[in-house]
Amino acid sequence: MNISLVILAVVAIATIGFFLGRSRALAAVEGDRRRLHSLPGYYGQTVFLFSAVPALLVTLGWLLLQPLYVESQITGMIGAADIAEGSSRSLVMTDVRRIAEGLEVALAEGRLSEAELASTRAEETDIRALLAEVGVAVASEVEQGVLEAAKQYRAITGWLQIALAAVAILLSLAGCALALSRITPEFRARNVSERAIKALLILSSTVAILTTVGIVASLVFETAHFFRLYPARDFLFSLTWNPQFQGGSDLGILPLLWGTLYVSLVALVFAVPIGLLVAIYLSEYASRRMRAIVKPAVEILAGIPTIVYGLFALITVGPLLRDYFAEPMGLGTSSSSVLTAGLVMGIMLIPFVSSLSDDVINAVPQAMRDGSYGLGATRSETVRQVILPAALPGIVGAILLAASRAIGETMIVVMGAGAAAKLSLNPLEAMTTITVKIVSQLTGDTEFASPETLVAFALGLSLFVVTLGLNILALYIVRTYREQYE
Amino acid sequence: MTDAPSSRPEPGGKTFTSLLEQDARTRRRNAAEARFRAYGLAAITVAMLALVGLLSSILYNGSSAFRQTFITLNVYLDPAKLDKDGSGDLDKIAKVTTFGYAPLIAKAIESEFERPGIGVEGLKAKAAAKMISKEGAAELRRFVLANPERIGETVAFRFLASGRIDGYYKGRVTMETAKIDKNVSPEQLLLADQFKEAGILETSFNWGFLTRADASENRPEAAGLGVAILGSFYMMIVVLCLTLPIGVAASIYLEEFAPKNWITDVIEVNISNLAAVPSIVFGILGLAIFINFAGLPQSAPIVGGLVLTLMTLPTIIIATRASLKAVPPSIRDAALGVGASKMQTVFHHVLPLAAPGILTGTIIGLAQALGETAPLLLIGMVAFVREFPAAPPEGFFDPASALPVQVYNWTQRADPAFVERASGAIIVLLAFLLFMNAVAIILRRRFERRW
Repeated sequence: MNISLVILAVVAIATIGFFLGRSRALAAVEGDRRRLHSLPGYYGQTVFLFSAVPALLVTLGWLLLQPLYVESQITGMIGAADIAEGSSRSLVMTDVRRIAEGLEVALAEGRLSEAELASTRAEETDIRALLAEVGVAVASEVEQGVLEAAKQYRAITGWLQIALAAVAILLSLAGCALALSRITPEFRARNVSERAIKALLILSSTVAILTTVGIVASLVFETAHFFRLYPARDFLFSLTWNPQFQGGSDLGILPLLWGTLYVSLVALVFAVPIGLLVAIYLSEYASRRMRAIVKPAVEILAGIPTIVYGLFALITVGPLLRDYFAEPMGLGTSSSSVLTAGLVMGIMLIPFVSSLSDDVINAVPQAMRDGSYGLGATRSETVRQVILPAALPGIVGAILLAASRAIGETMIVVMGAGAAAKLSLNPLEAMTTITVKIVSQLTGDTEFASPETLVAFALGLSLFVVTLGLNILALYIVRTYREQYE
Repeated sequence: MTDAPSSRPEPGGKTFTSLLEQDARTRRRNAAEARFRAYGLAAITVAMLALVGLLSSILYNGSSAFRQTFITLNVYLDPAKLDKDGSGDLDKIAKVTTFGYAPLIAKAIESEFERPGIGVEGLKAKAAAKMISKEGAAELRRFVLANPERIGETVAFRFLASGRIDGYYKGRVTMETAKIDKNVSPEQLLLADQFKEAGILETSFNWGFLTRADASENRPEAAGLGVAILGSFYMMIVVLCLTLPIGVAASIYLEEFAPKNWITDVIEVNISNLAAVPSIVFGILGLAIFINFAGLPQSAPIVGGLVLTLMTLPTIIIATRASLKAVPPSIRDAALGVGASKMQTVFHHVLPLAAPGILTGTIIGLAQALGETAPLLLIGMVAFVREFPAAPPEGFFDPASALPVQVYNWTQRADPAFVERASGAIIVLLAFLLFMNAVAIILRRRFERRW
């Protein structure tokens, strides 16, 4: 039975329950709603919540756990003989899943009957051709063991689907019946339904925690897996990055880290002065009209997706820098370079720095400016000697946040910085960053058993730790050194 | 003293200076002031130039993607080739592959050569047929399969011109480049000009760019954004359906109900940290949890939608909390005063008043999600997808592309025509973003209430 159909059925039961509950409450007092503890709708609500929520939660949990259970049942069926040379158990499992799906489609289209399937043997029937007919491509010839596993897989999932539908609908009906049986005029329906709603609110607010837990768990788990295959010392201190898909690769993070820091540095050198000056000019000098035009225009820069910046780097800035700087100066011939990515990323960071600085500059009280002007200081002297020192912690925080953004930025460097891992000082040379390598190691056909793929998780963990550290440091600086002007 | 002091030496070595005349120090200070101001203006100019440069580069490169060169030919659907036994049986007609249709197109061009003023020396009809997109034969086949009764007739069929011919009318290909290009010859370009004279070849608005699916490496002229737009749309539906209820519920709890304790603090710190986690890390999360662990299919809008939901959640929570906070306490007090429960106060009074702000925040969050690329690369949305996903809900699990990923995909291809396509796709993306932000601004203007 289809999952969406199950959910639909549960919701339908709950909706019917709502009206039943409402009318039952009204019937209990012969239509005199003053004798009810709560408004009639609340009685309906309790029924609705009792029938829908537990059933849906169980469905969700079931769907999450089902693949694990099925996998554990099937893995045993795949013998060592079924795993081809150069393949792995997980790859075979993927095949099993695909074949099972294909068989399902073939059955649905009537190319195969249930009885035929039971007697099908891989030696006699060309399963691969059959699957290709229904639009499922399988990489290699289907072995008998794999076919049996796929049949078993289909049987188990089919059985589990029916079980899930039954459990969910029964649970829903039971909840409905329980809630209905509790309805009496004295039943505190409002309190019950409000408590249930509050529980739902709490549940939603824990999604943020779950996300963080999910991120940390997936990164740490796969990184640990990676370090079992590849020594951590080499990863952290090796100076070469040279993945080979036949194995024996060097996976040192240092060249990537250098590229990341270099690009970010270029971006910050470009963005911080400009962003800061824009913020100062807008808050101290600009007329109201100019502010009304420039501020939204700068904010447009912030709203443009990074892929647009990436394309800008690729088709405009890169060739420009190559033709007018790199080639005449003999410094490089590549249109993707540290400077390309850095400059474009700098443009992206301008609004980030300027709007954060704008906030802190505006938070400096007017009295301090007036005091400075009263002593005869010019505007620029006031800015430099009064406002900036007062706003400094906030500005440092803003710069650190910008740095964290620069380090985690992906699309601009993927399209602008290049793919060669190098330790070089030449800004017109192509270099690569951590994020670029995460993308290149994880896109395409990935197999989650080789260090070349798993290294991406270790890189992701490093990235996560660095950006998190910068953010916490920024918050700490802002909190500790913030001057209180109240 | 009524006179301005003149500058003359005083006993004690001090010099009197005129108020009307700046001394060296004042001049220096004023110059510094002017310089500082100029720096500020220069910074603003740089920022504005960057914005203008960015947008004009995209517009300059991409606007031509919306125009396309078409060649209209009268094709004789030869029954001897398409329906050999004359039975009209669809299965038999379907056996004729696209290769079987290529000669029909070459014939059609040959018949055009009979017209006066058309024909270039040394260019055979077969070579001239290369001016038609490789997609042309496939399209003709699809047409015939849809209208088998027209076999035997001569139909006027509008073909896409090949990428190079199209590029010729967009300035990308010239006679010089054609000489060294093996995909196009100067003779073909001459013939194209003659076709244009004769009205066979024309350039018109390219609806196909918005409706077609992606096409392979060597037929950029047939590549379109249809699958990508649909995929992005599906993902936005998923994001909206998940992020709005969860985000609003979480904000209501944190803003109105949460007790001040360490658990609440942990949640709040978590949310602000999630807002700063690099987007690619969310991609890794999606790959590890949704695809590897939960076994959801790769390249599916549902996975993209889930990942983007988690990314957008902090934005929506922050916006919702701000607008809940903006509702004055007097509203709550009044509701509580006439006997509403806390929950009724929030749901009947505070939430409706905060709704415009929440909606604005949601739209801005969605716009952010729409432009996000990096996490989608990791969950396999870069795959080459030619099939349109089915209608929801099954379509959520079908492979699809997404607008920003399609841009990235096209930039990875060798043919320069794809640069134009990628920039054109960016224009479409920016148009969507502009629309969403405009709606957000209008909503804010219209419904925002200042207390």
